[in-house]
Amino acid sequence: MSLGLGQPLPEFSLPDTGGQTVALVDGAQATVVVFTCNHCPYALAWHDRIQQAARDYADRGVRFLQINANDAERYPRDSLEAMRQRVAAEDWPMPYLHDESQEVARAFGAQVTPDVFVFDSGGALRYRGAPDDDYSDPSASAQWLRGALDAVLAGREPDPAETQPVGCSVKWKR
Amino acid sequence: MRVPDVELLWWEGCPSTETALSELRQALSDVGLQAVQVRMREICSDDDAGQAGFIGSPTVLVDGVDVAPQPGEPAGLTCRVYRRRDGSISPTPDPMDLRDALRRAVAAEAA
Repeated sequence: MSLGLGQPLPEFSLPDTGGQTVALVDGAQATVVVFTCNHCPYALAWHDRIQQAARDYADRGVRFLQINANDAERYPRDSLEAMRQRVAAEDWPMPYLHDESQEVARAFGAQVTPDVFVFDSGGALRYRGAPDDDYSDPSASAQWLRGALDAVLAGREPDPAETQPVGCSVKWKR
Repeated sequence: MRVPDVELLWWEGCPSTETALSELRQALSDVGLQAVQVRMREICSDDDAGQAGFIGSPTVLVDGVDVAPQPGEPAGLTCRVYRRRDGSISPTPDPMDLRDALRRAVAAEAA
């Protein structure tokens, strides 16, 4: 069961790739949570667009978090060590969190990677779905995500507020 | 002209099968092989993947040969990451790789 529009941001704290525990704190004008991973072509194709959105909205009080919940035993490329290596090799403008127990992914009802959730300053879910309408077109620029953030920051309802997330299934533990 | 055997191996955990099949049919048409029937083979389990040498979905085989080989990749139920010739990441093979593989298969028989 996935979070529905209007439902509250689940409380959680997870370790990042540096070993620090990251917990949600009040004060963000909006919070973006993206379930992603290291091995999915859809997540990889959208990655740069999501990263750029995080940079572009950083000075507007928007907090971005990316979470990898995949079963690293069956998918070693999604291990914490692989996450660390990736962050070390790239420029990440946001924490990359490891949900080893998969409890956070279940609390959100994450389905695929990437799966985007946008919450307003009060912690209510305002957008859920894909970053934009075409993983293969970088010029799409995460337009659905950006549109949702613009709406939330302006106190409006995003349009669209929900889209079909597209990507690889979350790799649940057996 | 000889007709190559064309097979698409897929796993339900990836949403790319339909796109891959469409792009494969277009490639077949591009090289004059539009009459070729693509055999679809579903990979359902890790055992299936191991037995088939399946390194991810989708995988396209022409006469049993991967159109975009990725040596060293482990077999398993996953979505395959392709690097297209323009450098972009894609869940499906580059159509140029598809066409080249099909042409090679036809040329191999002619030779």
